[in-house]
Amino acid sequence: MLYSEKVMDHFEHPRNVGEIMDADAVGQVGNPRCGDIMKMYLKIEDGVIVDAKFKTFGCGSAIATSSMATELIRGKRVEEALSLTNAAVAEALDGLPAYKMHCSVLAEEAIKAALGDWYRRQGLPVPPECVIQKEDQTPGHTYE
Amino acid sequence: MSRMVYADHAATTPLSPTAKQAMADFWDKRFGNPSSLYYLGQEAKDDLEAARAEIAQCLNARPSEVLFTSGGTESDNWALKGAAELRRGQGKHIITTSIEHHAILHSAQWLEKQGLEVTYLPVDAGGRVSPSDVEKAIRPDTILISVMAANNEIGTIEPIEEIGAIVKAHNVLFHVDAVQAVGHIPVDVKAWNVDMLSFSGHKFYGPAGIGGLFLRHGLRLPPLVHGGGQEWGLRSGTEPVVLAVGMAAALKESVEEMAVESKRLSALRDRVLDGLSDIPSSRVTGDRECRLPGTASLTFEGIEGEALLLHLDAKGIQASSGSACSSASLDPSHVLLSIGLPHEVAHGSLRLSLGRGTTEQDVDYILEIVPQVVSYLRELSPVWDKKAQKPIWRS
Repeated sequence: MLYSEKVMDHFEHPRNVGEIMDADAVGQVGNPRCGDIMKMYLKIEDGVIVDAKFKTFGCGSAIATSSMATELIRGKRVEEALSLTNAAVAEALDGLPAYKMHCSVLAEEAIKAALGDWYRRQGLPVPPECVIQKEDQTPGHTYE
Repeated sequence: MSRMVYADHAATTPLSPTAKQAMADFWDKRFGNPSSLYYLGQEAKDDLEAARAEIAQCLNARPSEVLFTSGGTESDNWALKGAAELRRGQGKHIITTSIEHHAILHSAQWLEKQGLEVTYLPVDAGGRVSPSDVEKAIRPDTILISVMAANNEIGTIEPIEEIGAIVKAHNVLFHVDAVQAVGHIPVDVKAWNVDMLSFSGHKFYGPAGIGGLFLRHGLRLPPLVHGGGQEWGLRSGTEPVVLAVGMAAALKESVEEMAVESKRLSALRDRVLDGLSDIPSSRVTGDRECRLPGTASLTFEGIEGEALLLHLDAKGIQASSGSACSSASLDPSHVLLSIGLPHEVAHGSLRLSLGRGTTEQDVDYILEIVPQVVSYLRELSPVWDKKAQKPIWRS
């Protein structure tokens, strides 16, 4: 089989889907040209991530990694969530096919982009790992 | 799982019971090598030639013009590389289209590395090649034109007979990849004026692992496979008689049933296309008129094809997509990009290819499930504007 049971479980029954209207942080990565966009919403109280939700346009592993990434950071302190790696997301899903590893990278980047937004809103210096290199976007299109 | 609907007949078809029955004796009793002199071998030789004659008749060819290969990919490779070798010194230019199967495109790219020049003709929004574009592309050093009879992803049927008439006036070889056409629409190598034509057994309810190349009488294509000199020295290797017999039986049956079956399938296909194109921000890909009877292909904006396929699979519907993520490549299908779809739209493609086993109830089920899955995935999608019922890139 292409995907592990855990990937299929998170794909078919994704956790934490949706938006947080009064989110304390929002981050979006990816671009439609590549067929992958992840948007993360975080609710953060006293430096602790009390809620995380996502919306993803992408393949099965993009949806599964988004779901797993939100699970892994819920209840964590911001500094802990900052150290979440793509490898940890993939491992929590019992692995991904090699050519799908970029989905786990996207999930890590989506979390970091959202955390960067939180630091910005707090008026704090944004940690360097939160600065996500924007991929090329199709000219003429605008995205949030 | 409530229902199983196999809707990927363009990928492969189940073996027809008629073909299976025809093959039954060959596994254990009539297993001789056609090159052997004793009775068992000569009997196998006769069976092989009978199969060849049956296939030739279905293509309006002579038996000696049909060569067995391992499948469509080998036939395509052989036609391109063989033609380049045969006409070496006479020219180095090949004309093909931008929507060919990878067996053609990658062979053409390999020939470019060997110093040949290749023109990849564009297609219109429906995926049709213009015969006048073919004519305009012909140069004094053009040696080969290769155009597919019908496209595997969008089902568009190409104007092969018109192109054949143009090619006739030039000293250029004409190859047709008819892998999706043979057994599904009428194929006539004489009327089409082709020099070479590829086909594959498992696309018309025959066994996988065998195909063929029609090679016009008098054309001595240099071999791709060297060895013991089978197939008049053109394609060596012990002939798989059992597969040849199965392919011949399957093709004969497909051709006999074609008129009735293509009418039935076209009606089912149109129900799928009409029903699914009611989904907002969807579009039919490929030509609506010049289209294979069983191929329905569409795109749904705001979602990604692989996710769609996996959900459909969970509901028992097996289909395919030209999205990048349904393969190991980074770009969506070259066919969908060639008909002018932007990347983000091509990522949301779905191909449902219907076949002999497809029923009205299967189509009912497809029309019930696909809209549900599309709308579920759009709920998940950050690029879907639910109120406007379109993706944010069109607001």
